[in-house]
Amino acid sequence: MSHLLDRLNFLAPTKTGTFSDGHGVTTNESRDWEDSYRARWQHDKIVRSTHGANCTGSCSWKIYVKGGIVTWETQQTDYPRTRPDLPNHEPRGCSRGASYSWYMYSANRVKHPLIRSRLLKLWRRERTLKTPVGAWAAIQEDPAKRSEYVRMRGLGGFVRATWDEVNEIIAAANAYTARRWGPDRVIGFSPIPAMSMVSYAAGSRYLSLLGGVCMSFYDWYCDLPPSSPMTWGEQTDVPESADWYNSGFLMLWGSNVPQTRTPDAHFYTEVRYKGAKSVVVSPDYSEAAKFSDMWLHPKQGTDAALAMAMGHVILREFHLDRQAEYFEDYCRRYTDMPMLVRLVKKDGNYVPERLVRASDFRDGLGEDNNPEWKTVAIDEKTGEVVAPQGSIGYRWGEQGKWNLEAKDGKGRDVELGMSLILDTDHDQIANVAFPYFGNREHDHFEGTDHDSVLVRSVPVRKLKLAEGETLVATVFDLFVANYGLDRGLEDSNSAKSFDDDLPYTPAWAEKITGVPREQIITVAREFAKNAEKTNGRSMVILGAGLNHWYHMDMNYRGIINLLVMCGCVGQSGGGWSHYVGQEKLRPQTGWLPLAFALDWGRPPRQMNSTSFFYAHTDQWRYETLQVDEILSPTAPEGPWDGTLIDYNIRAERMGWLPSAPQLKTNPLDIAKAAGEAKKEAKDYVAEELKSGRLHMSCEDPDDEANWPRNLFVWRSNLLGSSGKGHEYFLKHLLGTSHGVMGKDLGDEGRQRAKEAVWHDEAPEGKLDLLVTLDFRMSTTCVYSDIVLPTATWYEKNDLNTSDMHPFIHPLTSAADPAWDARSDWDIFKGIAKKFSEVAPEILGVEKDVVLVPILHDTPGELAQPLDVKDWKKGEAEPLPGKTMPAVAVVERDYPNLYNRFTALGPLMDKLGNGGKGISWNTEHEVDLLGRLNGVVNEDGPTKGRPRIETDIDATEVILSLAPETNGEVAVKAWEALSKNTGRDHTHLAVPKEDEKIRFRDVVSQPRKIISSPTWSGLESEKVCYNAGYTNVHELIPWRTITGRQQLYQDHLWMRAFGEAFCLYRPPIDTKTINPVIEAKSSGRPQVVLNFITPHQKWGIHSTYSDNQMMLTLNRGGPVVWISEVDAKKAGLVDNDWVEVFNVNGAIVARAVVSQRMKEGTIFMYHAQEKIVNTPGSQLTGQRGGIHNSVTRAITKPTHMIGGYAQQSYGFNYYGTVGSNRDEFVVVHKLDKVDWMEGPYKGPVSPNTEAAE
Amino acid sequence: MSGYINTLVFGIYPYIALAVLVLGTIIRYDREPYTWRSGSSQLLRRKQLIWGSVLFHVGVLVIFFGHLIGLLTPIAVFDAIGISHTAKQLLAIIAGGIAGVMAIVGATMLIHRRLFDARVRAASSNSDTAIIILLWIQLLLGLMTIPVSLGHLDGHEMVRFMTWAQGIFTFNPDAASYVAGASWVFKAHLFLGLTIFLLFPFTRLVHMLSVPVRYLWRPGYQVVRERNRREAPNRIPAE
Repeated sequence: MSHLLDRLNFLAPTKTGTFSDGHGVTTNESRDWEDSYRARWQHDKIVRSTHGANCTGSCSWKIYVKGGIVTWETQQTDYPRTRPDLPNHEPRGCSRGASYSWYMYSANRVKHPLIRSRLLKLWRRERTLKTPVGAWAAIQEDPAKRSEYVRMRGLGGFVRATWDEVNEIIAAANAYTARRWGPDRVIGFSPIPAMSMVSYAAGSRYLSLLGGVCMSFYDWYCDLPPSSPMTWGEQTDVPESADWYNSGFLMLWGSNVPQTRTPDAHFYTEVRYKGAKSVVVSPDYSEAAKFSDMWLHPKQGTDAALAMAMGHVILREFHLDRQAEYFEDYCRRYTDMPMLVRLVKKDGNYVPERLVRASDFRDGLGEDNNPEWKTVAIDEKTGEVVAPQGSIGYRWGEQGKWNLEAKDGKGRDVELGMSLILDTDHDQIANVAFPYFGNREHDHFEGTDHDSVLVRSVPVRKLKLAEGETLVATVFDLFVANYGLDRGLEDSNSAKSFDDDLPYTPAWAEKITGVPREQIITVAREFAKNAEKTNGRSMVILGAGLNHWYHMDMNYRGIINLLVMCGCVGQSGGGWSHYVGQEKLRPQTGWLPLAFALDWGRPPRQMNSTSFFYAHTDQWRYETLQVDEILSPTAPEGPWDGTLIDYNIRAERMGWLPSAPQLKTNPLDIAKAAGEAKKEAKDYVAEELKSGRLHMSCEDPDDEANWPRNLFVWRSNLLGSSGKGHEYFLKHLLGTSHGVMGKDLGDEGRQRAKEAVWHDEAPEGKLDLLVTLDFRMSTTCVYSDIVLPTATWYEKNDLNTSDMHPFIHPLTSAADPAWDARSDWDIFKGIAKKFSEVAPEILGVEKDVVLVPILHDTPGELAQPLDVKDWKKGEAEPLPGKTMPAVAVVERDYPNLYNRFTALGPLMDKLGNGGKGISWNTEHEVDLLGRLNGVVNEDGPTKGRPRIETDIDATEVILSLAPETNGEVAVKAWEALSKNTGRDHTHLAVPKEDEKIRFRDVVSQPRKIISSPTWSGLESEKVCYNAGYTNVHELIPWRTITGRQQLYQDHLWMRAFGEAFCLYRPPIDTKTINPVIEAKSSGRPQVVLNFITPHQKWGIHSTYSDNQMMLTLNRGGPVVWISEVDAKKAGLVDNDWVEVFNVNGAIVARAVVSQRMKEGTIFMYHAQEKIVNTPGSQLTGQRGGIHNSVTRAITKPTHMIGGYAQQSYGFNYYGTVGSNRDEFVVVHKLDKVDWMEGPYKGPVSPNTEAAE
Repeated sequence: MSGYINTLVFGIYPYIALAVLVLGTIIRYDREPYTWRSGSSQLLRRKQLIWGSVLFHVGVLVIFFGHLIGLLTPIAVFDAIGISHTAKQLLAIIAGGIAGVMAIVGATMLIHRRLFDARVRAASSNSDTAIIILLWIQLLLGLMTIPVSLGHLDGHEMVRFMTWAQGIFTFNPDAASYVAGASWVFKAHLFLGLTIFLLFPFTRLVHMLSVPVRYLWRPGYQVVRERNRREAPNRIPAE
């Protein structure tokens, strides 16, 4: 009743006894005070959710709710069991996830729809008398009005608005843009669907119904290793972390497992207890280094040299001096090593050219179907040349022979020969030229003085082909020669001993990398020995550390070669564990129709972001890397001129890469024009392009007709995290104040693009409208025109998967979205509804002409077999889908966009579903969804279709359609693949045929997915998920030209740029220091350092970098790490403010001076928000900047290749990537810390100082 | 008029202050148990705290009990045990003077720390700051009475104050008249003292009532509390 009265008990005895000889007493005094401690941890309910950060953790969490408020979170511990001999997965989680609930009620939460006040004022003024579209047109068509808000981006000035009003503005902008410029000028950027697939699908479904463009992310983040599609025809497929436990030898190469794979690191620890050996390769003394039995610390960026030297040792000891039986058998069956390569004369030597095809023979080796896509080898049994099964020619146009059985096309058993080294096998020894790049000069990297062309001896055979007698060699013999191994053929460029000073011996690598040769030899030898004894249980865990260099393919292929030559790929406990983003969207094929509205219209518009941003943020106008700097000395004759954007334009023109926007003319008008001309759209487009009356947008990215106009950013912090060339984004795409300090090529008088139109005045402010959805006020939000408050990860229903574990589990709404927030699904549904109301004024049912690049995993990938031909130059006719992009016509029902958004469309019944080259019927699943979600009862075009009203409805669409979560679909999918391969694979799914995972199932407990043919690993009672497992064990070919692991890349551009075989290439010179080091020098001591941007400990990308709990654990704001030696040179002590700059811009941060760092490098953990504790830079006059303020994207021609088997485009599968590790910066102490506080004063002056 | 004010301040105000003290304390104890704390800032900064706090608390405790006994013990008791008025006055001056100096030195250190240490200041409420300043002023006023007292060592002034204090507790309607002629320093000291009583329930001073003095004579090393049988079934364990 009363605390006081209750305590007035002085007369009652309180002591009730003693114990322990009177040392203890028992009392009956009040224990009510305990309730306060008990109540602290009491709660109303626990809800299962997770964190949609791109961290791969995908950890299931308990979210505690008390009085309708989320109070805290703890790790879930109810993952399904593993096997008896395998540790469990739990607990999963880290400090970052544990601090997430702080965001929900923090000051940084976006609580209401926000809009730039200047834009809102303009809008309200125009809207009083005009329709929504009319009002938007009035603002856009008056340059003064437009620039009034555009140039204020990033300078504050937000006010609250209602949902109704912002939705109307967005809908009007989208409708106006589609009508005025074309729907492909409406762009959406959202990454990593696996984090929250329904939220991704909400925006992409809206955009796809509209005809807008969804931007790729995996390549733009530079997490995509192009070496994976090159080698395996697979975007990325990796072992789950539990498979580490099956390994016998683990190498961590440029990956920092305890820091960036925190919830998985326990498997690493556990396997070490089991006896696995651990080698860590990392230039700095990282957290991972403590795991190692041996720590190798090569100079940063020279990993390929180290890998080449290890490959040199393994080839010598396990393939040449002695043939390890397991290795040889593996290489013969699963790699392209036996395939034959043409040799052609160049400068007195021979150069390896393309792979020999069946079509090269007069009789086509009896192959009528796709003979130019069937590679050949020598059958050791008969000595004849055969076209073995499994090459890509067998994949399309016929059935039953696309497998890895040791047979040729006629079904005869064959045993492919790997080498022609025996005297009886070869006709002669040829001098074959290999390029060498290790002699290129670089101010900061050690080189050697070997020749640019290294001539080595290779055993060859003469073949009678249709064109005449031709010299051929096996890939294996060339591969070995490329590693510089002497085989008794007497040439001066091949090494007899590991101590020879010749590429690629350990002695040579010691000079380049700084790693002692003994260590290289030891590691290589033990790695291979373990693999030989265990049938491939040696594994390399690698990551962004290596993949972010310009020549990342060399780093990666060097390591892939090691794994392949030791038979590790596709074996439990072995293989290539490339862990970067959370790329594994396990129920992908179920998700695709929902996400890209494939149920209503196909194909969707998708774009590779790197090329897009390179062009549209005008980074190409500042390009310093010239083509001759990266061209091979053995390049075939060809038009190797122009600048990098020219190659991208050629690639888009030839159908290799996608385009966005696609054509200078509005695609809604083209279909009409084609109709008037009484032609099919594809013929019309081809003819008009050839005649020059129609232009592709890529040829003139600065013309206003080709600008992207509306940009949606959701689930992303494009400007605070992934936007390479941040300051160029600000300058050209956004048109606001920026820190670019360099001049463009026009001002510099340097080589200009040949294909791209040059405008002397570069546009500033291409975007009409930037809309960002977020729950926190990120850097991107700060630069947006409209910010929409979205639900946090504890306030919505969604699905989450990862490559690190095999479970699918949900995000669940623990509390309703706070303040005005809504889930992404509801936000885009709201915009769609408003759009359907606003658009009919100018848009009806329209025909939209869509350009599609030649796509991987479609029959079209057999487009350009032997040579590269550009129709624009008259080398070929423009044939859609063959020599140029395919042309499709898609119907857009704009007035019914909302109805389509909320119902599953009829194409699912009509065309079925599928992925990665196989397809199956889905009528049964559509029927199921109709019964599960209910059908639309209202009259209209969607009547009778299954509903997708809520986010939970949307999850059920994914789960029902995906083989990974619906056993019945899995069986259908395996059946479809069985037809292609001629082998029965259904046994992999039949035991789970009746299993159907629903949303409520995963809410109650994470569920393990069902094995599906769209992935290359299995989930079973016997093995952990391991990439390539079904290729090796089910004999399903890799989706490459040979059907095998492709170590030789024979495309013309690969050969031209010297990367047909793996070799060492030093980092490129970005030339960003010299223009500023004198001009911007302050006289203070300064150092020039290599700018490295690894992942941090106190955040996941930019998320948590503004979270008070995480900021408290480090220094409360942006930091850079430098070595003690460099700090001394620059006169710095720990915690000093420093300025980090080059021509691209400047950063201000505190310096962490640490023994961990290698001299010559500077770390800036990537994506530290510039909105917290960041002062201004004296050099740019702008606030400090993010890590991307000093970077600029540089594209690579080999990543633009297309129309060629595995090197064909796929969304997030292949394409240019945004590398940034070759960058150098100047570092000096900041003499004045200026916080740039206070209200905005006066008009913004254009940043003249910085531009000069 | 001055008689009216004197009655108001020293005849009526004491009852208001004591009523607020008692009722306010009870209500706070019942309604706001989580606020019942000393609000120590030791975790934030140890500097100056140990010396300041110990000096202050020892001094204040001596003064407090000195006042309590000195003012409320009937003068007859002193007479009976043979302590002369002069001796009592001297004792009060000497003991009170020493304790007062200790307390004010400690309070000065605490005030300095509270106002000029950024972390402590940020964690201070207005009442925290105000009460230590008021106590410091009260200590100063108390010390300022010493020269006045030295002028009448016979203790007659002291007896008047005792009569007043005891008069308040015995509901003597003339209590205020005993102090009407006292020096302004005494009056200010009395008024501020009553005000501190008034403010007591609204400040951290309540921690005085919760001093765990029982620890001094508590037997045994381990205390096991029995389960309260009436409440036990209602508790739902946390998951």
